[in-house]
Amino acid sequence: MSNIPAELSYTAEHEWVASTEQDGVVRVGITDFAQDALGDVVYAQVPELGSSITANDVVGEVESTKSVSDIYAPVSGEIVARNEGLDGDPALINSDPYGEGWLFEIRLSDAGQLSGLLNAEAYGQQVG
Amino acid sequence: MTEKYTALYAEHEKLGASFTDFGGWQMPLKYGSELAEHHAVRKTAGLFDLSHMGEVWVEGPGAGAFLDYALVGKLSAVVEGKAKYSLICAEDGGIIDDLIVYRRGEEKFLVVPNAGNAVVVAGELAARAEGFDVTVTDASAETSLIAVQGPNAQTILLTLVPEDEHAAVTELKYYASVEVTINGDKLLLARTGYTGEDGFEIFVDNASAAALWQALMAAGEGHELVPAGLACRDSLRLEAGMPLYGNELSREGTPFAAGLGPVVALKSKDGDFVGRASLEAAKESGDGATAGRRLVGLKGLGRRAGRSHYTVMKDGVVVGEVTSGQPSPTLGFPVALAYVDVAYTEPGTALDIDLRGKAEPFEVVALPFYKRER
Repeated sequence: MSNIPAELSYTAEHEWVASTEQDGVVRVGITDFAQDALGDVVYAQVPELGSSITANDVVGEVESTKSVSDIYAPVSGEIVARNEGLDGDPALINSDPYGEGWLFEIRLSDAGQLSGLLNAEAYGQQVG
Repeated sequence: MTEKYTALYAEHEKLGASFTDFGGWQMPLKYGSELAEHHAVRKTAGLFDLSHMGEVWVEGPGAGAFLDYALVGKLSAVVEGKAKYSLICAEDGGIIDDLIVYRRGEEKFLVVPNAGNAVVVAGELAARAEGFDVTVTDASAETSLIAVQGPNAQTILLTLVPEDEHAAVTELKYYASVEVTINGDKLLLARTGYTGEDGFEIFVDNASAAALWQALMAAGEGHELVPAGLACRDSLRLEAGMPLYGNELSREGTPFAAGLGPVVALKSKDGDFVGRASLEAAKESGDGATAGRRLVGLKGLGRRAGRSHYTVMKDGVVVGEVTSGQPSPTLGFPVALAYVDVAYTEPGTALDIDLRGKAEPFEVVALPFYKRER
């Protein structure tokens, strides 16, 4: 049974979205379900700082020994942080998908976008 | 198709395995981290359930001559106690399966086909046996197969073998087999594997399989033995440059294109064998040498890996297709096996793999990617 924290928002593409201390900035990662399905992550490609991304576009990829999975932008906005720790230790995505294994942070182009995401219950039904 | 379960399924469940379908069997994919299992086999030891593999016994005065006819190799020349890698081909030269043949006596051979092909191979062998003085017995359903692979494999195994039989194990050569007492039972032990490491495969009746598995797990304590699933088996065999039926080998491909020309005994066998005429014609046409495509190893110069069915390109033109590929856990760079037009098979040739729209640089390298130090 995979871990689905109640306080986060989710996408159908198995990404989570969390609010941060900064207004209008969200942090994004892949879910516990996704990391388990992928297997041991050996490489994560995340978008460059400052790049503009559009919701539902492919903006990166997570590669494991077994397979590779696209990362979709859960919302539109500008990349204001990327997890540099993944360059040295991509396995953080496996060991701590909701913590140290985060991918990037987005400054939302429109704060209303978050209402379009799934809550934990809805996401849980999808992967259950 | 009904799912099939090996006699060790409950053991895997107890160990928390994630399962995957392989050739109709529910097999352990991994127990924890497939990377950790991979590294354990390279550095210490891994324990595999290979009970999905087939076991077909060929016995009788005509056994050697029959296998020379049914398979592409010269099995009659295999010395008692030794084993040989071979192929069973169709009349048109297409590969039905790759298999290992163990000679267990003057008139007794054990043929081990792949899980997904075991029924077909057993059926083909039975059909081809007409006119030969042999009996073909498919013992796949009653036989389990457990492999211990890795540098510590011998040390672990010896703890379950009586001291007066230790020499039979320590002196056992690669691609050879012997009957020894393991965990109290007289069992067939082979020094074979699919990992590129030293290691053993043990054939055991289903009824004794769980006890042997548990004994091996216990014997492995202190020797860093871990249960290992099919995910790491695939990455291990790929690093070792070994083909996987269904990826590198198929009915559509010939042994020559797969780089397995030396396995086909066109010269050393005088008599006819199934597929001979087609294979002679394929060899004459230069298949895999001067014509068509040949299987090569590709080393990634970046970090992104090529995967099965991805396109291989030279200067934007399609010249091949990947059959297996992933990041190599041991080597730290992406590796792939690919069929490539013969003009581009020389080691050092720069090629690209189309990775979802972007050309990523790879280089043709000699196989295997990984070879253990002896």
